[in-house]
Amino acid sequence: MFGLEKKDTTLLILVAILTMAAPFILNPFPEGSGLAQFNAGYPDLMQRFVIFGIFAIGFNILFGLTGYLSFGHAAFLGVGSYSAVWMFKLLSMNIIPAIILSVIISGLFALVIGYVSLRRTGIYFSILTLAFAQMSFALAYSVLTPITNGETGLQLTLDDPRILGASATADGSIPVTNLFGLEMRSAFDLAVGPWTFTFSAGYYVCAVIMLLAFYLSIRIFRSPFGLMLRAIKSNQTRMNYTGLNPKPYTLAAFVISGMYAGLAGGLMASMDPLAGAERMQWTASGEVVLMTILGGAGTLIGPVLGAGAIKYMENIFSKINDNVLHGWFSFMPDGIENFMVAIVHPFVGKGWHLTLGIIFMLVVTFLPGGLVEGGQRVGKALRRNKDEDSKNASTEPAE
Amino acid sequence: MSNNLTRRGVLKTGAVAGAGLALPTYLSAASHSGFTNAPTGSTVTLGFNVPQTGPYADEGADELRAYELAVEHLNGGGDGGMLNTFSSKALEGNGILGKKVEYVTGDTQTKSDAARASAKSMIEKDGAIMITGGSSSGVAIAVQGLCQEAGVIFMAGLTHSNDTTGKDKKANGFRHFFNGYMSGAALAPVLKSLYGDDRKAYHLTADYTWGWTQQESIAAATEALGWETVNNVLTPLAATDFSSYIAPVKDSGADVLVLNHYGGNMVNSLTNAVQFGLREAQANGKNFEIVVPLFSRLMARGAGDNIKGIVGSTGWHWSLQDEGSKAFVKSFGTKYGFPPSQAAHTCYVQTLLYADAVARAGSFNPCAVVEALEGFEFDGMGNGPTLYRAEDHQCFKDVLVVRGKENPTSEFDLLEIVEVTPAAQVTYPPDHPMFAGGALGTCNPGA
Repeated sequence: MFGLEKKDTTLLILVAILTMAAPFILNPFPEGSGLAQFNAGYPDLMQRFVIFGIFAIGFNILFGLTGYLSFGHAAFLGVGSYSAVWMFKLLSMNIIPAIILSVIISGLFALVIGYVSLRRTGIYFSILTLAFAQMSFALAYSVLTPITNGETGLQLTLDDPRILGASATADGSIPVTNLFGLEMRSAFDLAVGPWTFTFSAGYYVCAVIMLLAFYLSIRIFRSPFGLMLRAIKSNQTRMNYTGLNPKPYTLAAFVISGMYAGLAGGLMASMDPLAGAERMQWTASGEVVLMTILGGAGTLIGPVLGAGAIKYMENIFSKINDNVLHGWFSFMPDGIENFMVAIVHPFVGKGWHLTLGIIFMLVVTFLPGGLVEGGQRVGKALRRNKDEDSKNASTEPAE
Repeated sequence: MSNNLTRRGVLKTGAVAGAGLALPTYLSAASHSGFTNAPTGSTVTLGFNVPQTGPYADEGADELRAYELAVEHLNGGGDGGMLNTFSSKALEGNGILGKKVEYVTGDTQTKSDAARASAKSMIEKDGAIMITGGSSSGVAIAVQGLCQEAGVIFMAGLTHSNDTTGKDKKANGFRHFFNGYMSGAALAPVLKSLYGDDRKAYHLTADYTWGWTQQESIAAATEALGWETVNNVLTPLAATDFSSYIAPVKDSGADVLVLNHYGGNMVNSLTNAVQFGLREAQANGKNFEIVVPLFSRLMARGAGDNIKGIVGSTGWHWSLQDEGSKAFVKSFGTKYGFPPSQAAHTCYVQTLLYADAVARAGSFNPCAVVEALEGFEFDGMGNGPTLYRAEDHQCFKDVLVVRGKENPTSEFDLLEIVEVTPAAQVTYPPDHPMFAGGALGTCNPGA
């Protein structure tokens, strides 16, 4: 189906089902229960899951296939966001032109940075991209303040000269982003017993775009172009000796992954029309590297899993404060309760980075292939058990 | 073998069928009560969005303490604090409109993006009806914009930029704290009497909305005295070492250094300035002076001995002797063992003001709250009689000019009050050029 092999089709369908049913899957705990803290099925976080999924899928095309480690990918995300917000300010609140412009601009930006950075490989390439990204950040943060509004971030105002559409709605507020009239902010709550599931228009738009991006990445992985990129990763010198020039291929991969980042940036701005300079900081670039490695670099689904894991930690663990902890351990005697809170405290709330660091360390040490390898191992172990079971079952009667 | 009727199979089928039958009975769209997150149960949730990491983490931690105290008082716990001195008596200590106050917290990281994500999760996931907090104007403006779009009230925490209630003002946002213009207006007469009227000032300014507008305000106020602004250098918010910015000051011909820095930034830049010997230096035949237009006790503690004799302005100080301040200092001190900072004060007051506005309006509807707060005059919250101006949602109250104490008696007694500038002296027209260019718009109740 769709020009894919059976295995890839299955994967695509599985991802499609997971993303479409995400409002259910991410809200497993009834509202009001103690575990509701761990629910992640609210629009903003679900949007972040898929948007950073797109970002990581794109990064994986460069890093997973060619092995070029870019430390500056957040710059493209930021450029995409700024382009989208400017499109909202100047043209229309429809997200389509905004997303198209953000992909184009970040593609051009990637072409320029890639052309210069790809003259070097290995660590030198990483440092070059890092330098470019930090330059972009500094520009956005301070020098280009008239365009980027500096540290405050670029926002919509009531007097934006919007060519298609009004500057302000009839009741005097800023119009909201939409897709041909479908407001990105609109959501529908479904109450089933104690559960509440929120279906947000913005999330489904992002999810559909992510599926398209995922499909495109499968096609790239399986194409002769993808094979060429893998060849670059395995041995670039050998490619040179066989008479192939690897540079156009790496540059193409760099631009494609830059465009993916721009798409993610444009989507972020479409869901929440603000573009902040911190989006371009090196920590943001580092985050996508973490996502890809945590999930499994070079695998199709890995980056999406990694993005989900990190965003989940950032948004859920960081909100567990001492108050919540005391609630959890309140069944214990006072002394032990305080002791337990003191033990758990450094790992939640503002200490979520620590938890993330530990998990990252464990994954890299014991599962070099990331979460995907973990999944495969579990799958293999289960299959082996099953095989043994069926063997036992079949041999039993003979005894 | 076609006998599939196992125990497990029957249970499974039964469960699925049961769920299927039960589903339509519960299937219903959420009730729309006319505004976002209308509280339905016996509780109401407030969102406290403060910096727990980054350069303003100290302020954030103190803000959170103040919020917890405010919630305790609103729910009838503790000694009631400022509820006893507040001129409005609409609050009864039974929560807000009889609903128990609960809260959720989040980390702004002093980054616009992170702050908005955190506020969004409070609104979307936790059902917060009001967002408050923040210790940076950039964050305050970003979150204020979000709250306007989402249709909840934003009660700004510590934000001192003119833009918060100037060009970026929003109908759903309110600020109790003072601003850069007020600092300038309050400081100028004191600076004139201390340092004369023919000074040359060199500005180091945190490179974001607060720094820019404060620098603009101070430069305008001091130039009106006859001072000259020699140079203004922008420094990144994330900077921790300012030696490279301080080094050129001595040879610039300036005799006053103005540090438009806050929190950890100011602690570091002041320390650098002292290390470079600026306090003892002479320039143009006068003693070299350092001015920090906005400072707080937390910063004074961070800067240690370096703060002694330095003049600046502050929104509130725990040594104020009015009834409201005394009641607040007492209940804060009883709970935490040390006096509150100005950030804690403004956050505590903002929470009470919001609760009171809801009680007076008789509704949680943001538009009703906006109406109740606009033009509201109150007293008994420290700073004397205060007005929440309807035109820009800015509070007008007394501003303190303070100086680092030469001989502190305790680790909290670091500032002495030089002058209490009356509200009338720091009041400006709503269309003042430094605040022009924005519009409140109309209140947005969301859903």
